[in-house]
Amino acid sequence: MRETFTKGMARNIYYGGGVFFFLVLIGLTVDTVNRISKTDNRENLTEEVIAGKRLWEINDCIGCHSLMGEGAYFAPELGNVYTRFGNSTDAIKGFIMSRPKDGIPGRRSMPQFNFTPEELEQIAQFLKYVDGIKTARDWPPNVKG
Amino acid sequence: MEQLMKFPKSQSIAKLYFIAAIGLFVGQILFGTILGLQYVMGDFLFPEIPFNVARMVHTNLLIVWLLFGFMGAAYYLIPEESERELYAPWLAKLMFWIFLAAGVATILGYLLVPYATLAEITMNDLLPTMGREFLEQPTITKIGIVIVVLAFLFNIGMTILTGRKTVITLVLMTGLVGLAVFFLFAFYLPDNLVLDKYFWWFVVHLWVEGVWELIMAAMLAYVLIKVTGVDREVVEKWLYIIIAMALISGLIGTGHHFFWIGTPSYWQWLGSIFSALEPIPFFMMTLFAFNVVNKRRRDHPNKAAVLWALGTAVMAFLGAGVWGFLHTLAPINYYTHGTQITAAHGHMAFYGAYVMVNLTVISYAMPIINGRQANNQRAQVLEMWSFWLMTVAMVFITLFLTGAGILQVYLQRYSDTPLDFMVVQDKIAIFYWLREIAGIVFLIGLLIYVYSFFAKGEEVKTVDMTS
Repeated sequence: MRETFTKGMARNIYYGGGVFFFLVLIGLTVDTVNRISKTDNRENLTEEVIAGKRLWEINDCIGCHSLMGEGAYFAPELGNVYTRFGNSTDAIKGFIMSRPKDGIPGRRSMPQFNFTPEELEQIAQFLKYVDGIKTARDWPPNVKG
Repeated sequence: MEQLMKFPKSQSIAKLYFIAAIGLFVGQILFGTILGLQYVMGDFLFPEIPFNVARMVHTNLLIVWLLFGFMGAAYYLIPEESERELYAPWLAKLMFWIFLAAGVATILGYLLVPYATLAEITMNDLLPTMGREFLEQPTITKIGIVIVVLAFLFNIGMTILTGRKTVITLVLMTGLVGLAVFFLFAFYLPDNLVLDKYFWWFVVHLWVEGVWELIMAAMLAYVLIKVTGVDREVVEKWLYIIIAMALISGLIGTGHHFFWIGTPSYWQWLGSIFSALEPIPFFMMTLFAFNVVNKRRRDHPNKAAVLWALGTAVMAFLGAGVWGFLHTLAPINYYTHGTQITAAHGHMAFYGAYVMVNLTVISYAMPIINGRQANNQRAQVLEMWSFWLMTVAMVFITLFLTGAGILQVYLQRYSDTPLDFMVVQDKIAIFYWLREIAGIVFLIGLLIYVYSFFAKGEEVKTVDMTS
């Protein structure tokens, strides 16, 4: 690099730019946290949904599925599965319940988790809550996820 | 001949970390080939090792071995830069064994019991943190990571404070402190899914597209000074401007993860614009590496290390820069978000930036720890073969996944008659088979890499490094 651009100038850009944009990120974070009450479907965040979220976590569902596009890409997107399954929590429960213990020969299969009826309801309610979150441009692009 | 290592008592501790890193790397790739096969043979190892378990092992081993590599690199280069022994070499050794034990126990936990059982045994309910992508570790492991990292930061921090301060150690330390601080968001798991996802990125994005870039740039700068003999002033100026651009683009660039998760729509503008700038620091790293190698004042006998250093700069730009840019603009990401395009980018970015920079430091430092400036001719040739096999295999893995991703986007999201996820997966299976073949070539390259450490051959001529 040319001598007119000194190490001191580079250092100042680093410190100045780093600190400035970190503060901007904090500011935008505060604004985002304030605004998401309109989109995050918190009115439906019931005890049952929270229990379902915990089940979603402790069974590592994100290790195969994506949820609002984040996670693994081995199994279908579930952020809109409630819509895809005809707005039916029963259909979601039926699918999870009916997975064969030893899988399907030659094909990908969801494990059989042996959930209780109560747990199934919690998971289905969690997925219904997620479907109610308002994403920009109503992502995903279509019902297939 | 001058002494190879100025502080062998401290610097040779790095060897432990490097050996563990490479061992876990082999495990990571073995599980990668299992995952690749499960993509096309869905019942492979089912139900003993379901996909999600194999994936946790694959990604968690990656993170843990990269951390081993970073720590090893820090223990090697900080004593030399600071011109003193480590503040507490015993602590560095103790933390190695604690970290290794915690890492191995966690991986065994994933493999031996169902994940829900692991959550129960480790009392996840007391402080729930499990079940998020990359942060699957039981809470007790996460606490262990914090303890190990704090002891590590204390050790190198005291070494730096009481020794010579250089730009390289300062930048490295800043990156490592950032790594520790942002990891604390792993303990924040709100019930509200939008908040959960928003702050999850404070670990994931601010690590790999933020503070890890500081660590990487510092490690690369150190090796380049050593192998080229180029004036420190020149390298430091480059280092500052690279990390400046990394933070200027990457901090607000976090917004490219906030397009479709229930967050305000202004992120589509901010995320697109700033993340479009994220290739710049990586491109500057490429310019920097080739520039200083061209202006080198000596020909270091360790040709393999120079190759790794140049390779890192190129592949990080391609993987993180170009493949990141491909799908970072909101109108494009609307279609590509959460498809194989993301997987393609993830593979080449992690390999090009963080795997390769670790292998660069290991390639440079291991021979010296073993008492020679560079490995023998045959070992170096084998190492360079492994470089090309792994790197070319990763290029093909990325291309095949990109092909799969483009078709997936079209068939599932873009065409007038969108198809079901699993129907599409069957239609693009050929790309997954090709990816698996490339993955096996990568594994062969890695095994040759491991073998190169044991290869005997004609010793290389050493050169005077004092100038």
